[in-house]
Amino acid sequence: MLKILKGGMLTSVQDLGRYGFQKYGVIASGAMDPFAHRIANLLVGNHENAATLEISLAGPTIEFETDAAIALCGGDLSPQLDGKACRMWSILAVKKGSVLSFGAPKKGCRTYLAAAGGIDVPEVMHSKSTYLRAAIGGFQGRALKAGDRVPLNPVEPKRAAALVKAANSGQEWQIPAIRYFNEPVVRIMKGRQFNLFDAESQTRLFDGLFTVGTHSDRMGYRLEGTLLALSEAAELISEPVAFGSIQVPPDGNPIVLMADRQTTGGYPKIGQVASIDLPLISQLNPGDKIRFKEISLEEAQKRMIAQEQQIRQMKIGIDLKMEEWK
Amino acid sequence: MDFTFTPLGDQAITIEAGKEISEEVQQRIRKAAALLDERPPAWMVESIPAFTTIAIFYNPLAVLYDEAISALEELLQHAGEIPVPAPRTVEIPVCYGGEFGPDLEFVAAHNGLSAEEVIAIHSGGVYAVSMIGFAPGFPFISGMSEKIAAPRRESPRLRIPERTVGIAGIQTGVYPIETPGGWQLIGRTPMRLFRPEQETPSLLKAGDIIKFRRISESEYHGWEEHRDAEDS
Repeated sequence: MLKILKGGMLTSVQDLGRYGFQKYGVIASGAMDPFAHRIANLLVGNHENAATLEISLAGPTIEFETDAAIALCGGDLSPQLDGKACRMWSILAVKKGSVLSFGAPKKGCRTYLAAAGGIDVPEVMHSKSTYLRAAIGGFQGRALKAGDRVPLNPVEPKRAAALVKAANSGQEWQIPAIRYFNEPVVRIMKGRQFNLFDAESQTRLFDGLFTVGTHSDRMGYRLEGTLLALSEAAELISEPVAFGSIQVPPDGNPIVLMADRQTTGGYPKIGQVASIDLPLISQLNPGDKIRFKEISLEEAQKRMIAQEQQIRQMKIGIDLKMEEWK
Repeated sequence: MDFTFTPLGDQAITIEAGKEISEEVQQRIRKAAALLDERPPAWMVESIPAFTTIAIFYNPLAVLYDEAISALEELLQHAGEIPVPAPRTVEIPVCYGGEFGPDLEFVAAHNGLSAEEVIAIHSGGVYAVSMIGFAPGFPFISGMSEKIAAPRRESPRLRIPERTVGIAGIQTGVYPIETPGGWQLIGRTPMRLFRPEQETPSLLKAGDIIKFRRISESEYHGWEEHRDAEDS
């Protein structure tokens, strides 16, 4: 069990999302930074879709009621174990009674806490992700708060012992490179309605500097500072959207749709973020700057496949080491 | 049947059946959706049908864009063979006015009608579900009389209770879950439109015919008790 001493700003249980139900208007939810979520799981020997805790900006304080092997991946929110700074992107052995807390955010805004075995919450519509607005999934359909006791799935003793050895070995893992920048250049493809925008806006999309607005959350990131306009006003028919769709409402400030996006939208889509660059946006804070650069669909898929191969390599490397330590 | 395909990022495809919402275009979307449900390509993650489009989600590790398009083109050639199932009629009981419908009087005054007349027109209509979206189980419903149309509220409410029936322009709808919103609220149904515990979590689906039936407050409460007893 994880005993929550302080809930933090927004700590919720997430997996890779709820798929197959968007046709019923049920949003996908899931980890905002699927890359960090997956790496955290793989480090502790979980399936990559196992439930983790998504921790946002002001982190929670958590007491471990059992020994556990954990990994923390994603934005650097100054994690500490029993008051001492601890490593990210690596396996940590945590003793029963230890307390995990967070300090000032150093880079990014979301950290994923994976524990060996995974967070044990019931599946709702085939997923453990929290759907906050509908109050379903995750831990009682809501963000964690002080007093909650979050169960972990049991870990086979041999594997638990191997994880402790791994944590104490000082082993460096070949983690596929991802770097979170404060002013990232995010690769995007042209959207379905790109040609409805006036020539200046089409240019500004790739030349302009955008600032993340204050009303940015798990649903969408509002970008300010560079206005985009249609060549003539158009009333669009609502159509499906995806993680990373860039919609432009009439006020001209684009919105990047994120994990808790609605299933359909009626605003024109000027672009679509390449899947491999979504984590760069997920880790941005209000006030951060962002630029866009064009990538072709072919290239975006090629990069995605290359990253998947790196992740697979990492998984094989970890599995081999674990066998050695068993 | 002609469909056009465009990428929706690197993991989805938008299939378009036409540029305008017409009965013919919606029929084609329904047929394509039925076909994709019946014979989903092995690489398909899921599909989202809308008014004139359907999005298909896929994993590029399993299939690349061009291959997916070829497979979809071939599959959708058979869309014409799919019989569109005879529409189902769903009756939605509504308790109008009072605390459930605080804007009923506004809708009446706006149209120069009495509240009773608004209720008679709303519950006398025959409606069709065009698509499910915006919120879980939320039906976009067409077919409301213009006689009871009303503009959205200037300042949206922060919380609209679940199962509230509203009007916005010439649209009417039911909020399945508590949500903020700017619709004019005219009543509430005891019927749950979103049922997360069921394999098909939305009560309604595109193509359904809807009728609203007026019920009294005591019928409403009786229905709620019955429903809660069934749920537990």
